[in-house]
Amino acid sequence: MSDQTLPPVEPDPSPGAAVTPAAADVVSTPAAEAAEAASGTVAKPSQGRPAGQPPAAPPPGRFQLALKEILSGSWVTSVLAVLLAMVVGAVLVAAANPDVQSSASYLFARPSDFFGAVWESVKDAYVAMFQGAVVNFQGQDAVAFIKPITNTLTQATPLIFAGLGLAVGFRAGLFNIGAQGQIILGAIPCAWLGYALHLPPVVHLLVCVLGAMAGGALWGFIPGILKARTGANEVIVTIMLNSVAAFGVSYLLTLDAFQREGSNNPQTPLIDSTAQFPYIFGGRFTTHFGFILALLAAVFTWWLLDRSTLGFRFRALGENPQAARTAGINTNACFIWVMVIAGGLAGLAGAAQVQGTFHYLNSGVAASFGFDAITVALLGRSRPLGTVLAGLLFGGLKAAAPMVQSAAGSSDVVLVLQSVIVLLIAAPPLIRAVFRTPNPERVQALKLAAAAGPGEVAA
Amino acid sequence: MSLTGLAPAPQAAELPLAPVLEPKTFKAPIALSVFWAVACVFTAVTPAGVSTKFELARPTDFVKIPDFAVPSRPSVIVLCLLMLAPLAASWRLANQRRRVGLWLPSAFGVLWVLSFMVWVVAGKTATWTLTILLASALSLSIPLVFGAMTGLVCERVGVINVAIEGQLLAGAFLAAVVASRASNSYAGLIAAPIAGALVGALLAVFAVKYWVDHIIVGVVLNVLVSGLTSYLFSTVLTRDAAHWNHAIQLPVLPIPLLSRIPVIGPVLFRQTLLVYLMYVAVLALNIMVFKSRWGLRLRACGEHPKAADTVGIRVNRTRIRNTILGGAIAGLGGAYFTVASGLAFTKDMSAGKGFIALAAMILGRWNPKGALAAALLFGFAEELAVMLGVMATPIPSNILNMTPYLLTIFAVAGLVGRVRAPAAEGTFYRD
Repeated sequence: MSDQTLPPVEPDPSPGAAVTPAAADVVSTPAAEAAEAASGTVAKPSQGRPAGQPPAAPPPGRFQLALKEILSGSWVTSVLAVLLAMVVGAVLVAAANPDVQSSASYLFARPSDFFGAVWESVKDAYVAMFQGAVVNFQGQDAVAFIKPITNTLTQATPLIFAGLGLAVGFRAGLFNIGAQGQIILGAIPCAWLGYALHLPPVVHLLVCVLGAMAGGALWGFIPGILKARTGANEVIVTIMLNSVAAFGVSYLLTLDAFQREGSNNPQTPLIDSTAQFPYIFGGRFTTHFGFILALLAAVFTWWLLDRSTLGFRFRALGENPQAARTAGINTNACFIWVMVIAGGLAGLAGAAQVQGTFHYLNSGVAASFGFDAITVALLGRSRPLGTVLAGLLFGGLKAAAPMVQSAAGSSDVVLVLQSVIVLLIAAPPLIRAVFRTPNPERVQALKLAAAAGPGEVAA
Repeated sequence: MSLTGLAPAPQAAELPLAPVLEPKTFKAPIALSVFWAVACVFTAVTPAGVSTKFELARPTDFVKIPDFAVPSRPSVIVLCLLMLAPLAASWRLANQRRRVGLWLPSAFGVLWVLSFMVWVVAGKTATWTLTILLASALSLSIPLVFGAMTGLVCERVGVINVAIEGQLLAGAFLAAVVASRASNSYAGLIAAPIAGALVGALLAVFAVKYWVDHIIVGVVLNVLVSGLTSYLFSTVLTRDAAHWNHAIQLPVLPIPLLSRIPVIGPVLFRQTLLVYLMYVAVLALNIMVFKSRWGLRLRACGEHPKAADTVGIRVNRTRIRNTILGGAIAGLGGAYFTVASGLAFTKDMSAGKGFIALAAMILGRWNPKGALAAALLFGFAEELAVMLGVMATPIPSNILNMTPYLLTIFAVAGLVGRVRAPAAEGTFYRD
């Protein structure tokens, strides 16, 4: 759509084209595949399409082709998406800045004031974001210098856990938005086991982790079994269970068994030190053992989805439920397993919050991690590695929030950045249209054409 | 069939054909029985010799109805016995493999709620003011009804709209800002659908034109609207609240004559313009979706886009237009939070209502009437929880607030079960 010099690979869409074989092809493809083909992350050879029209221009040279191939790569799309998101964020920051607003009133009299104010406001916001998420180069000592990046790892931990859980569901075609409730249900038994039992060091920690997994898995089991037995829509049930969990934890915190003595706030006693996650980089940094556990969980998820029989069934279910059922896969059992595993992983996010960050339970234990994790899993394209990277990116943005707050007036601009990034990464054709980078499908076709030689293509 | 089924066909002809019957499902009767058992518990725990007070009309109403009190325990017992009738009927229907339908559970539900209300304030000084309860319930369900109608229009045309939440929030935001700038609440009512339509347009562009997964776009748009409105709220709106964001309320417009009908008059016809618009929207959609050319095209694009294209309907254009229309409906619903409630805008004030609206739409089986009923039910349950929270009842408020959500899960699992979404929902089409 952007490059006029390239020959069209597929016939131009015209009104009433549904009867042509090309359109019939597209319609019969499953939605997921069509989406992938459209988003251009997978450079598919265009063999499925009829070679209706021969290319009009001669194939480009090798160097040109290489350049086009680089520009059409998916990581370029991601980088451009982040850049574009930053531009959107900059516009927002500048528009809301009082200096910019006041200087805009005499824009034509002294434009330098206006552009200076815009530059200052935008620069302040992005420098603050970098200092809050990566390294603080104004820090007094080494600790202050690298503290931001360790905060990023801490914030990323629950996002990765919950994102992995949701990713398992998305791959199996289940739109589970219940991570919020599953985190809470993981945190409740985790905290209770942490302060009610007194066990030796390593055992206590493991018992709490297992309790969190069991709690989250239970909250995942409910929509799973309801979907399997009654066909109840998992979207509704998980939304409702989020609210039930939120009110449930508030209720539990009013009970004596969950109330810290001498405290007026609804919060539990501190968990024993034997149950707390050790700090990876020492007590001066917040990064805790949960982060390593999150990476292990990502490896487990990769193994589960890409190497195990159960994962194969999940993916088959996600790609085409009818085909999976025909092939003899017990889809109802799969629904239950998917939701139990997703819940267990999200429950671990509760463990990370209780055992690693807070060391007690309050009603805000899940913050908004459960909802943020949806974007994390989507941005990571429901792949374990992608989810970890997306979790780190969003963890960084979360960690930077206090610094951005003071620089830009509100940290909510971070939400805008997050959403624009995901939206653009999900829509490579839009990025290509804005930056005029080539379409990977066409580049692939060109490569084939170049390899075949001009004579054969023309034939 | 004639080609592939050659071999088994002679065998099938020889066998005596037994009628193939669907297996009996007892989900609905079982669910109702569980509720009935709970109602029996109410009977057991209602103290004897006390009464429950009801008030059917406010002293300001046109028709005066004196307050009355009913003896608590006998009333709950009578209600429990009355519930047996729809319960038995539902078992009978299920045993005959007939659909239980909507009316039996509705009748059962009304009796059940009444028994609950009688029990919960038995012997207390608190009085059930039915007009206030119903009027507040109706007003709480405004965003749910508009949101459910949005979901209905979008999903019927084949676009999954998870961004209802964002559209409500955008509507609330722009309604507050425009009403404040213009010092006129009706200006806010005009601005709200524009904001919703903008969000709907974004959804349409990404989901229909750029083929991004509909659910991804929806989820992300919610975050985007939340981020944008919260950022502008914390910076521009908070800096100069008098100009940008002050509370303005739509006036209440009682409809002559109709508003004088006892009980339902004050509930239904002494409301703001937004509520009347809601009646119009629901009525129009109920007719238009199933009886008009627009509705037929809408459903064709959602059920079988290829067939629609073959007969000359521009599938993607229809999808884009109706997704924007849907966004405008939700945006109008968003005005409830600010101008219709007389509140200034605050961060994330839609508070998950968009998702509840989505649930109501699915619970109502993609049907305007069903969606309306489900949305009203949610609104009623929420208002009941609010009122009970004030009345110092034996149930902790957190548990009360949880109840509507638990009941929904019951309803979805027991009464609705496997619902059929529009066949081409969430797919992409190249035309």
